[in-house]
Amino acid sequence: MSAATLPSPASEPILSVKDLHVRFPVAGGLLRQRRIVHAVNGVDLAVQPGQCVSLVGESGCGKSTTALAIMGLQAPSSGAIIVEGRPVYGPGAPDRLARARLAQIVFQDPFSTLNPRETIGRALSQPLMLHGVKDRCERVDRVATALRQVGLLPEHATRYPHEFSGGQRQRIGIARALILGPRLIVLDEPVSALDVSIRAQIINLLMDLQQDLGLSYLMISHDLGVVEHVSDRVAVMFAGQIVEEGGWREVFTAPAHPYTRRLIETIPNPARLTGGAQDILPPAPEPPSGTRFWPPIDQRPEIGRPPEPSTFVDIGDDHRVRVRVG
Amino acid sequence: MRMPFRLNLTLGLALVSMVILGAVFAPLLTAHDPILDADLMNSEMPPSWDHWFGTDSQGRDVFSRVLYGARVSLTIGIVAQAINSTIGIALGLSAGYWGGWWDDLVNGLTNLMLAIPSLVFALAIMAVLGPGVVSLLIALGLTNWSWSCRITRGAVMSLKSQGYVQAARTLGYGDIRIMLTQLLPNIVGPVLVMATLGIGEAVLAEAALSFLGLGIRPPAPSWGNMLTDAREAIRSVPWATIFPGLAVFVTVLGFNLLGDGVRDWLDPRMQVRA
Repeated sequence: MSAATLPSPASEPILSVKDLHVRFPVAGGLLRQRRIVHAVNGVDLAVQPGQCVSLVGESGCGKSTTALAIMGLQAPSSGAIIVEGRPVYGPGAPDRLARARLAQIVFQDPFSTLNPRETIGRALSQPLMLHGVKDRCERVDRVATALRQVGLLPEHATRYPHEFSGGQRQRIGIARALILGPRLIVLDEPVSALDVSIRAQIINLLMDLQQDLGLSYLMISHDLGVVEHVSDRVAVMFAGQIVEEGGWREVFTAPAHPYTRRLIETIPNPARLTGGAQDILPPAPEPPSGTRFWPPIDQRPEIGRPPEPSTFVDIGDDHRVRVRVG
Repeated sequence: MRMPFRLNLTLGLALVSMVILGAVFAPLLTAHDPILDADLMNSEMPPSWDHWFGTDSQGRDVFSRVLYGARVSLTIGIVAQAINSTIGIALGLSAGYWGGWWDDLVNGLTNLMLAIPSLVFALAIMAVLGPGVVSLLIALGLTNWSWSCRITRGAVMSLKSQGYVQAARTLGYGDIRIMLTQLLPNIVGPVLVMATLGIGEAVLAEAALSFLGLGIRPPAPSWGNMLTDAREAIRSVPWATIFPGLAVFVTVLGFNLLGDGVRDWLDPRMQVRA
């Protein structure tokens, strides 16, 4: 975000995902075989403290599955997820209460994110009660603080979700993610369901909160226009794999993988629309000799087929892209 | 959006409370004993000032029998449906939320229960247990939970992927807590409607079993056995069948309207904040 928040490279990542695989069986119908969908295929990710890392890609590319796996909502088929030095799955995993205090998530849809039959105060104070805050006054205080932090009023605690607008609900969703004081927050398309006029407010709120509370974000998005403003690092995901990864400046100014280039071309650009600038992207770099960018974006990977082997190569100082040898 | 006058709720509440008050205050509302005041000299009298609903073939006051019969019918209807709802909701919630083999098992059991006509099943249980109030409660309470279960399960399956359920999981809520605090309040509408319909059904089923001689033993009054007693004279003494029949009708209608009304009333979206 800014140079001041960038941590030293030596610091321990707050989140690291290592070779994550998530596979779903799909029923194949009466006569067909059961097949396996490879939703996530060997994803590696790291989020340093205070950073915002964006995971971008189209719907169905596996980015939300990755988010659910990080939150402990979707058991991975293999691989490791480590939050603040503790594995989320397997031996030594924190119990569900401890895990809740490590990481929280903000969901996309502001309308289904809140229980319509719970007041906002109840939705925020129940988790506190569950986590051992027995004193009612303390709970009320913390709920009021959380509401103020997201730009709402403590009085709003007595209201029901249907009394709020989409943007306000998203603020409440953020307050709920903050209430237990986690250091890592997964933002699953936090603004894509909101009006364009509201988006900037929520993005600014998220950036302010990151600064004030020292939060680390993993932002899941399909909208590079949003990602561009907030991310320190960008990982582009396609068909269950990360195809390009690096500092946001490197990825945005010199996108290498054809899929990344296609995504960036979809960012609305007034200059291009009016014919002022013909091409904002520099020419595509050539992959290292003897390799090609992988996977090819014109052919869809088949359901039920494991991915073909491919590897990452460094193409810049802080910039890697997936290629296949041969 | 909001009706200024909640017709369903008001009418349902009025009918149900009329039946409940009639059952509770039966001794104050009538001077006649439902069983002992058999006066053969006065049998088959049409409704009059002394006998509001007339008298039956044994000269007993139909009004007092309808009132005392309400005690039996309401108790059995409410308790049996409470058992049904508890079973149905518990199975439906857990099956819908957990899925897997438990869901398959519950689903199979539900289909089995739906395939057997519940009245026939209740009849079989009554035949084994013999007549009586407790047998009726068991027979009716264990045979009519399948729709509650179905509806609960379906609603839970569509709700469990909602953001707030996922959020509750990430906040560390346990499964039971999620079911009770996040899912149950959101399915209370359909479940309540099922429960009130079920009370009506249980009242009807009790009447049917008693009508067949397997429910409440005569001479104790129940709407069902009153109908049995009077059915042969339905042309000459219509009041002896009309009034217990009307009591069943009013009770069932009242509970159905009440269910609808309560559902609207519980929905926070239907409320306007002052």
